[in-house]
Amino acid sequence: MIQEPVIEVHGLCMAYDSTVVQRDLDFAVFPGDIFVIMGGSGCGKSTLLRHLLGLKTPAAGDVLYHGRSLMSASAAQRRVMRRSWGITYQSGGLFSAMSLAENVALPLRQYTRYDADAIDDIVAYKLALVGLDGFQEYMPEEISGGMRKRAALARAIALDPEILFFDEPSAGLDPVSSRRLDDLILQIKESTGATVVMVTHELPSIFAIATNSVYLDAETRTMIDYGDPRWLRTHSEQPVVRQFLNREADVRRSSDVVGESDCE
Amino acid sequence: MDATAPDCALRPDAKGQLTLYLSGDWTEGQSTPTSCRLPDMLAEIEPPGPVALDLSGIGEWDSELPAFCLRWINLCSSRGIDCERRRHGSSLDDLLDLATVTPPRQERPRNAGWLSVAAMKRNLHEIGEQVQKSLAFVGDAAVACATCMMPDSSMRWSDLKLYCAQAGPGALPIITLTSILVGMILAYLGAVQLQEFGAEIYVADLVGIGMLREMGALMTAVVMAGRTGAAYAAQIGTMQSNDEIDALTTLGLSPMEFLVAPRLLALALMMPLLTVYANVLGMLGGAIVAGGMGISPLAYLSELVTVLSPGHFIVGLSKSLLFAVLIAIAGCRAGMSASRSSAGVGDATTEAVVTAVVYLIVADAGMNILFQQVGL
Repeated sequence: MIQEPVIEVHGLCMAYDSTVVQRDLDFAVFPGDIFVIMGGSGCGKSTLLRHLLGLKTPAAGDVLYHGRSLMSASAAQRRVMRRSWGITYQSGGLFSAMSLAENVALPLRQYTRYDADAIDDIVAYKLALVGLDGFQEYMPEEISGGMRKRAALARAIALDPEILFFDEPSAGLDPVSSRRLDDLILQIKESTGATVVMVTHELPSIFAIATNSVYLDAETRTMIDYGDPRWLRTHSEQPVVRQFLNREADVRRSSDVVGESDCE
Repeated sequence: MDATAPDCALRPDAKGQLTLYLSGDWTEGQSTPTSCRLPDMLAEIEPPGPVALDLSGIGEWDSELPAFCLRWINLCSSRGIDCERRRHGSSLDDLLDLATVTPPRQERPRNAGWLSVAAMKRNLHEIGEQVQKSLAFVGDAAVACATCMMPDSSMRWSDLKLYCAQAGPGALPIITLTSILVGMILAYLGAVQLQEFGAEIYVADLVGIGMLREMGALMTAVVMAGRTGAAYAAQIGTMQSNDEIDALTTLGLSPMEFLVAPRLLALALMMPLLTVYANVLGMLGGAIVAGGMGISPLAYLSELVTVLSPGHFIVGLSKSLLFAVLIAIAGCRAGMSASRSSAGVGDATTEAVVTAVVYLIVADAGMNILFQQVGL
């Protein structure tokens, strides 16, 4: 049986003013995938994620969720779509003016009709899943970076999302914490059956958990390969992708390209 | 050991190949020889043909030498001249290899000076866009405030209370100080002139009307623009760089309702109250100066009572309400449009205060003209 994709990206072109970041992006994410968006620094990975989340409007192309266009969705339709997403941002994105409990409770208050006691219970349970039960009353600035990432994960899974988005989840963490976070993401994914879309350039993470990936190239400003990263590592027809996945540096540092063109 | 002066010369080698010979000690303190004007030397290569770079005569050297070589190599390649580098047999070769691996990026065409027609057009266009965005923001903020009055809005009333406490009672000490002093300044200003006519008692009129109609609202607004408007910009700007605004949006919460509306409402509620407080203290300050000139507090008060009318009071209050909205709009808009970096937060704060003060002065002038026309 052929599965219907959860997310489809069609001819997406992303631009800041007249500078094209990436163009002609076409790929699909299937249910249960751990889909990794990879590429060198500055190639537009996070920008692509912001487009997938509808935080930025593409210069051309569209993003479909279960076959429904995100770009042409009304505010109410977007709200319904976003109800099934869980997102952790690069810097965590926890609301600094709220305690951890309030952070995790916010999506529950916003989207569900649970009463206050039930919300407290769910908050404690979600924090327990990431190993932070008992930290309810802490403010984000009072805990360590690794704990903030896990707290952000607790907030992301508050609504039992169908799709989890991660923007560089292990950036700035030591190898052990980073590995622990990978395991946690994997466990949560396995137990909830969520689809995961992740921006990262951490090779250990990519090989440990990714099932599918897309490689964005900074120089040609488009995706140059698509597939299981373990397979791409040896079989990619693109030398750049093989070098990336094998952590080999080309002496020609050709990735520092900034240029202008348009989406035509 | 004495250092030999650095030297360079462009001459053909034994095989007739045109070569740039560098020699001597290229270290700090040794000035680059005057004969080494690269563009002049390059102009000597006529017709343009391949040229070699020979470093065999080099003694001591530091970063100046590879920098000089790199400039020569880049100048040659920009004129289409082939430059062959002879190995020196030291780390100099490696450094130059590394520096020349990536060809220099072609400079983007610099913007023509600000006086050109194109630049003016672009600037005008930008100003137009800014005005448009500001107006759109005002509209959004108005809608958000209206939505907040609905029962199912995403504004948190606890936030409103917190912002009211920060913008109201929290500002009392500084408003106390500034308004007493402004009242005294007004009194001194009038006293010197009025004493010449023996009309000292009219100091009370000057201070009363001055505070109520103008200075009470304006000084409170200036203080609040620096204190609260800047804080709003910094808070929201930091949230922008911390991905919090994105997180709000994807949680289905409108940042306008969640962040902007409670701040705007808090300031609009608190500023008129602060202005009333400032008015009273300003008149008190005037009374102190008047007392020093021999006017009894009772005489001052009775003169105040005769001159003060509800009209003056309404003028001051309506100004302060408008100022509050303008300060909140300037602060929140600066924060919301801040770039996602720590420098962006700083810029946003500056922008918030500067725009707020400009808005205040313009609005004050406009309101004065309006009230003059309607006869208030």
